[in-house]
Amino acid sequence: MSKPEIPPPYTAVTRHAVFPTPSHDEAARFNFLANFNKYMASALGPGNKLAYDKRVLPTFMKEQGREPKDRFEIRHAMNKDSWHRFWSALKRNSMEMRQQNGRSMVLRQLDELDAKARQYNEGRDTLRLDPSVQVPRYQAAIDIHCMPGSYHGEERPGDVSAGANYDCGIFATTGGGLGALSDGGGQALVEWIKKERPGWVPRRILDLGCTIGHNVVPLALAFPDTEVIAIDTAAPSLRYGHARAQALGAHNLKFIQMNAEDMNAFEDESFDWVQTTMYLHELSGSALPRIIGESARILAPGGLMLHLEQPQYSDAMPLYEQFIRDWDAFNNNEPFWSSMHALDLKGIMAEKGLPHDCQFVTGVTAVVDETVFPKQRQGEGEDHGRAASWNAYGAWKPAA
Amino acid sequence: MNDDIDWIARAGAKAKGKRPHYFDDPAIDRTLSIVMALAGEVSVLRERLDTIERLLEAKGTISRADIEAYTPDRAAGNERGMQTREYIARIMRGVQQDMEALEELAEPSVEELSKTLREM
Repeated sequence: MSKPEIPPPYTAVTRHAVFPTPSHDEAARFNFLANFNKYMASALGPGNKLAYDKRVLPTFMKEQGREPKDRFEIRHAMNKDSWHRFWSALKRNSMEMRQQNGRSMVLRQLDELDAKARQYNEGRDTLRLDPSVQVPRYQAAIDIHCMPGSYHGEERPGDVSAGANYDCGIFATTGGGLGALSDGGGQALVEWIKKERPGWVPRRILDLGCTIGHNVVPLALAFPDTEVIAIDTAAPSLRYGHARAQALGAHNLKFIQMNAEDMNAFEDESFDWVQTTMYLHELSGSALPRIIGESARILAPGGLMLHLEQPQYSDAMPLYEQFIRDWDAFNNNEPFWSSMHALDLKGIMAEKGLPHDCQFVTGVTAVVDETVFPKQRQGEGEDHGRAASWNAYGAWKPAA
Repeated sequence: MNDDIDWIARAGAKAKGKRPHYFDDPAIDRTLSIVMALAGEVSVLRERLDTIERLLEAKGTISRADIEAYTPDRAAGNERGMQTREYIARIMRGVQQDMEALEELAEPSVEELSKTLREM
């Protein structure tokens, strides 16, 4: 067994101008969680497969006289296994602790954080909030990732607590796998496009479900002459994200409160690049195809649609792997995760005007400062659902 | 600081969505939450002590502000990470050994083994 790498200390996380200031002990709490999550994935994670192979599957076969037919049958069987239950209980606690630890750090300094955000937000036309935008029903039904209040919660009107809490804890959840600004996904997109289309400068880029803009800021900085727009329905996340982007110097990036299911405000064929990162799994069964349709409508001929996600389930993926990848769906408040990953994404994209022959799927791994932050490894010891490597599901829209 | 909200109470708000139960007795779920929170706090105390030791070693005297401002360099950060990993491995020993036992499900109990040995 190879030795797992040690996550960098929380003090290596970049404190941009609106980042919460951690006390010594608050940083230490995140250090514990980052190391604990690594341990759970690398040292104990393989125990789930062992329990399945040695105990759960043989019992299932004996009782049913056949193998499990889908990931749900595996889950029901595994949920009776004492070892898997204990592992899940530990993991669930780690997720809850991350929220409590982040919220206590953010809420004790909320006055300062709100004031810092105001400095970057007031009087700037790069933040456009629209109180008529409703929290979608599928978002309001449950607090995603066990994040109290989800992306749209407020402790008091106009605050940035949701965004700040989200930002400060990503380090702990991913063991530092997303880098100093938790933007390894966005950095990876920049690296990918520079290789894929050297010299290409899109005129307009749209990022859907941007939350606090982690993954769109690198794009805005990489294409300083491009007009970049990021939309989300959650004002508290946008307020924080806009201030963060401004603090990081992304002045060509606008944050607009808008529901991607209805992007009437944007004209047909008006963007060269429409994209999402780790977003599709947070939608609903009817919202997802509608959003792909709207995205295809506003995408210019020859333009790029790109969705970064964890790998889709397919017949080629073993059922056990589908089951373990589903853990977050049922244990970390990701209600759409399981069904989204089984969708025929390529079929939906084709139906919405991006034919199969212009589609592609490619692997993308977080780009981080590897002198300080760990490079993501796949396979053994992978923290399923949080691994900083993804599949990019994309299409170049046919030229008219 | 802020005066208008009870941040300590609000930090622990429950996320919307029914929590799965992992054990037949809900008291075990709650006890495990407490044990895990305490495990985290012990780790925090150890890290704080390590900070104090390093600062004392380097400067001979320290203030609380020094502790708050302490930023480990690369080597110290790695050493502290190793200590945390070692600490976690120690407190998770039981779970890890149960995992190892899964490899040997047919392992006889010591009682069975002692009978066998008597007859050997």
